[in-house]
Amino acid sequence: MARGGDENKKHLTRIALIWMVLAVILTPMVYFVWGPHMPPGNMADNAEGQRFDNTVLATVATPVVLFIWVYFGYALVNFRRTAGDDTDGPPIKGHARFQAVWVGLTTFIVLSLFVFGTYELVAPKGAGTGSGASPIWTPAGYTDDQAKSTLFQVQVIGQQWRWTFRYPQYSGVQTTELVIPTGVPIQFNVTSLDVIHSFWAYQLGVKADANPGVNNISFVTVSRTGNFDIRCDELCGPLHGAMFSTGKAVSMGDFNVWMAAQLDKYAKVIPLLPPYATTYLPQVDGGYYDPSQDPLPPDATLPSTPAAPAAASPSPSS
Amino acid sequence: MTKAQKTIGVLVPLALLLALVIWTFTWLIGYPPTVQAATTTPGEVNVTMQTVGTIGTGPHPEWVSYLIQQPDGSWTHSTVLQVPAHTKVHMTIQQYDTGSSLRNPLMNQVLGITDAANNGQPYGLWTDVIGHTFTIPELGISVPLPGIPDDSTNMCSVAPCAKSFDHNTVTFTFTTQGAGTYTWQCFVPCGVAYLAGFGGPMATLGYMNGILKVVA
Repeated sequence: MARGGDENKKHLTRIALIWMVLAVILTPMVYFVWGPHMPPGNMADNAEGQRFDNTVLATVATPVVLFIWVYFGYALVNFRRTAGDDTDGPPIKGHARFQAVWVGLTTFIVLSLFVFGTYELVAPKGAGTGSGASPIWTPAGYTDDQAKSTLFQVQVIGQQWRWTFRYPQYSGVQTTELVIPTGVPIQFNVTSLDVIHSFWAYQLGVKADANPGVNNISFVTVSRTGNFDIRCDELCGPLHGAMFSTGKAVSMGDFNVWMAAQLDKYAKVIPLLPPYATTYLPQVDGGYYDPSQDPLPPDATLPSTPAAPAAASPSPSS
Repeated sequence: MTKAQKTIGVLVPLALLLALVIWTFTWLIGYPPTVQAATTTPGEVNVTMQTVGTIGTGPHPEWVSYLIQQPDGSWTHSTVLQVPAHTKVHMTIQQYDTGSSLRNPLMNQVLGITDAANNGQPYGLWTDVIGHTFTIPELGISVPLPGIPDDSTNMCSVAPCAKSFDHNTVTFTFTTQGAGTYTWQCFVPCGVAYLAGFGGPMATLGYMNGILKVVA
């Protein structure tokens, strides 16, 4: 049964009205009601930024999704074939103005989100992503020379199948737990001793690939104390699923107490650790890290005790 | 062919196929077998294991492996160990393999256990010749197992190994918490000829990685 132009306009008007009412109600709700509960939370600056990004993306997507749902719902209800009606539907024909609006609007939305997403990914210090060995967007206090950096340094070492963490500003001690202080900018230096892993501290909004032979830098400032989940986000072998642990964000005072205990606990093994380096690969024979081989390449070796972090209390090693 | 014959001709193969699937599934979920720790006194159990450089038998005779001793003294080629919750576990590991350096020297550190000793000597730092480690990352437990000398002339090559072969005996104790299932593994890259030294036996249940079942 063919429909005339007036009838089509009537349907379009109804669809537009239903869509507008729903969009006006639901779009602000997505931003103001759902937004504050979106992942990954607000434990750190990166996490807050990612939550804002998720909120904006969901808010922009809401009217689009609503339009599709309303259109489909309206079509299901109103454009059903009636019993005994075997006539053809109306012929499909072009509508230049409608197409121009449709293409123009979607292009505008997609390009706007592209610009927004790109800005949000790079401007806030890399947004918690691994930014390589020489990041472009960095926090104040960062230098390429870790020994001169005033940021709080933590080296994240992936290996099959666990994470360990090295604190170059604290005698280069390596621990099996990740504990970090709140309120200070932290530089994660992520690397691997064997295959490719991915360091994902979910509640901190940090995710950086751990590549052998690469120092992948990521920044974060944690805003409140609490636990956060650490997982490997790159399939790295049969026990990949067991490669998780729980990190802790504590006050600087509590961190110093914890660190003093770690320095005592690992006192005997610290001298056995290799000199702190941004990477431990490749070895001189091109193979995997093996402390029994020749020393690490000189250009990768850093002093075992770089400068203490700016906002930290004097370290036990200083 | 009668209808009954046709029916039998269809049902019998189907039944055989089903039986094969069930048998395979049962074998898969039951392999390697679970070995229960031997209770000594209330609240305490003993577990004895051994590590061998080559298992010597089975589909991968050249693979390095753990074995667990049953309460009756026999050895089972398995790494699935069951212990009770809230119990003191006295571990004895007979280490028949040679040593190599650790990829991460941190694993020299004894963690999460008490009374560590090697051949009766209290734990110091077993530095340069670590054969394997017994490590349960989730429980914070790790113990390096010193290797025997490379030039040993009395090495065991087919498991289970008798105590007359050269070996080190590492003992330690840990206490289980609540019920749960935890993976354990070796952190020495001893999967020779496999990617990063962590393939092959290092990645295979029943050889160098295992499961600790803590049951209520």
